[in-house]
Amino acid sequence: MGLKTCSSTCLAALLMAGNGIAAAAKMPSQEEMWEIIQKQQREIEALKAGQKANTEKVEATADAVESVETGKQGPLASTSGSSWAENTQIGGYGELHYNNLDSKKEIDFHRFVLFFGHQFTDKLRLFSELELEHADSGDGKNGEVELEQAYIEYDITQNQHAKAGLFLLPVGILNETHEPPTFYGVERNPIEKNIIPTTWWAGGVALNGEIAPGWSYDFAIHEGLDTSAGNNYAVRNGRQKTSEADANDLASTARIKWTGVAGVELAASVQYQEDVTQGNDADAGHAWLYEAHADIERGAFGLRALYAMWDLDGSGPKSVGADEQEGFYIEPSYKFSLFEQNFGVFARYNKWDNTAGSNGGDSEKKQYNAGVNYWPHPDVVLKADVQQQDNEGTSKNDNGYNLGIGYQF
Amino acid sequence: MYLLPGKLGLLSLLTLVSTMVVASGTYQEPEDFLSQAFAGDVPEPGIIWLTGERKDAVKSLLGHRYHSLRIRYWKTAERSAWILDEIGKDQPITTGLVINAGRLEQIKVLVFRESRGWEIRHPFFTEQFKQARLNESRELDRNIDGISGATLSVRAMKKLAALALYLDAELRAFDVSSSP
Repeated sequence: MGLKTCSSTCLAALLMAGNGIAAAAKMPSQEEMWEIIQKQQREIEALKAGQKANTEKVEATADAVESVETGKQGPLASTSGSSWAENTQIGGYGELHYNNLDSKKEIDFHRFVLFFGHQFTDKLRLFSELELEHADSGDGKNGEVELEQAYIEYDITQNQHAKAGLFLLPVGILNETHEPPTFYGVERNPIEKNIIPTTWWAGGVALNGEIAPGWSYDFAIHEGLDTSAGNNYAVRNGRQKTSEADANDLASTARIKWTGVAGVELAASVQYQEDVTQGNDADAGHAWLYEAHADIERGAFGLRALYAMWDLDGSGPKSVGADEQEGFYIEPSYKFSLFEQNFGVFARYNKWDNTAGSNGGDSEKKQYNAGVNYWPHPDVVLKADVQQQDNEGTSKNDNGYNLGIGYQF
Repeated sequence: MYLLPGKLGLLSLLTLVSTMVVASGTYQEPEDFLSQAFAGDVPEPGIIWLTGERKDAVKSLLGHRYHSLRIRYWKTAERSAWILDEIGKDQPITTGLVINAGRLEQIKVLVFRESRGWEIRHPFFTEQFKQARLNESRELDRNIDGISGATLSVRAMKKLAALALYLDAELRAFDVSSSP
């Protein structure tokens, strides 16, 4: 038994000793270990370098893809060195109307407008707007092609801008911002059609900018109106549209605007012209336009209110009551969501008179509107409204409803 | 009492132009915004790639793809800062944003290139965004009152606020160096 035990133990010890000797024989020396470590270090560094190179390649590829796809629009982008395409912008808007009124029942693609802008440098740019009205133009057609904006603007400072060319006049709420998704009602309100002749553009020069936080101004010298006794001195008929416009009497327009609280705009404009008939009517004289408005949108509630008045000098305008032409509207509105879709409802009271002077007789017009806007997308709108008129004198009421679709991009 | 039509008006206009100081449309350099946001100790920038579901989410927030495939950010434990661009009407508005614990701490217009709508840079407008966060529909949790005549610039700012809040949440939830 003792021999057996000894034999087993000794055999195990011998085997272990043999293994130990074999293991010791395979262990690298310190020099070999150092060489192995150095080799591994070189491999790690090579892998790191490869990873860095790959990262740089991915970044370079991303840069190249971005420059091809979207142009150089990074945080510090400059127009210097950019291509023509990168500095040219295209936009537009349009609106189709269906009118079911006492005066007409018609479908009309009222406006199709394209914007083209080009940034020459960071401070110098072109803005233009070409419009096709009533879908068809030419001799005997209903519509016309009109150049409504084409001006060069220069940033004098970061808050002061000068422009020259053909531009929209700084008067009223709709004249400068009239893309269909931005206002209620299929048709524009009658005050900013008959008293302020929107869309109202003119050729000239202008300055605009900020004079204090929330306060801004506009000042422009531009072509004037050229109205006549033949159209009862109505201002809308006096627009020359910068088409070989008579420039015997220029006009000046100034506006002051306050937007010191989010969602609130208060503004007032005034315009003066030495002779509203460009010297063609000895019985007419100078003209003043006064306009003031509030445009408020706080939360879901909105309110637009505008008053405008013309004061025309001369015995001619006075003889037909056109020495005073005035109007106002007030338009409360409310926006809401229904089934995750955006809607807005409004009501508007309009009152205007293009022969409100002492000899004008009963010519006052009143119009009530109520309706709804539905925006399936912020830039697309479907509209519906009803209108009811209550006119004085011989002017017939024009009642009914309107439907429309509009877009901007 | 005339409003200076004709030659006198033109002369006044030119005089006014000549007295104005020339400057650029940059209200604050992005580097200065970051330095201010991190009290001079700006962390190393990281990059978040707009790939996979993240790419789709960003497109949904903006209504279009972001102009870059990846966005740089600066992040500490609780806060992250972003310099983002979005076009208002036709020019990119460069905006600095700081998110703190999932809420908008600061939004500031750094470079404004549009000719209208510059009012969005004023505190009376940007203050509305403070402490805003995203709801479950990835929309801002509050109404932002607009500015008349600056509808598209206002919309751009709302989109950028939502984008920065979304990207900050992505930083906290994923390894952003790869697709989600």
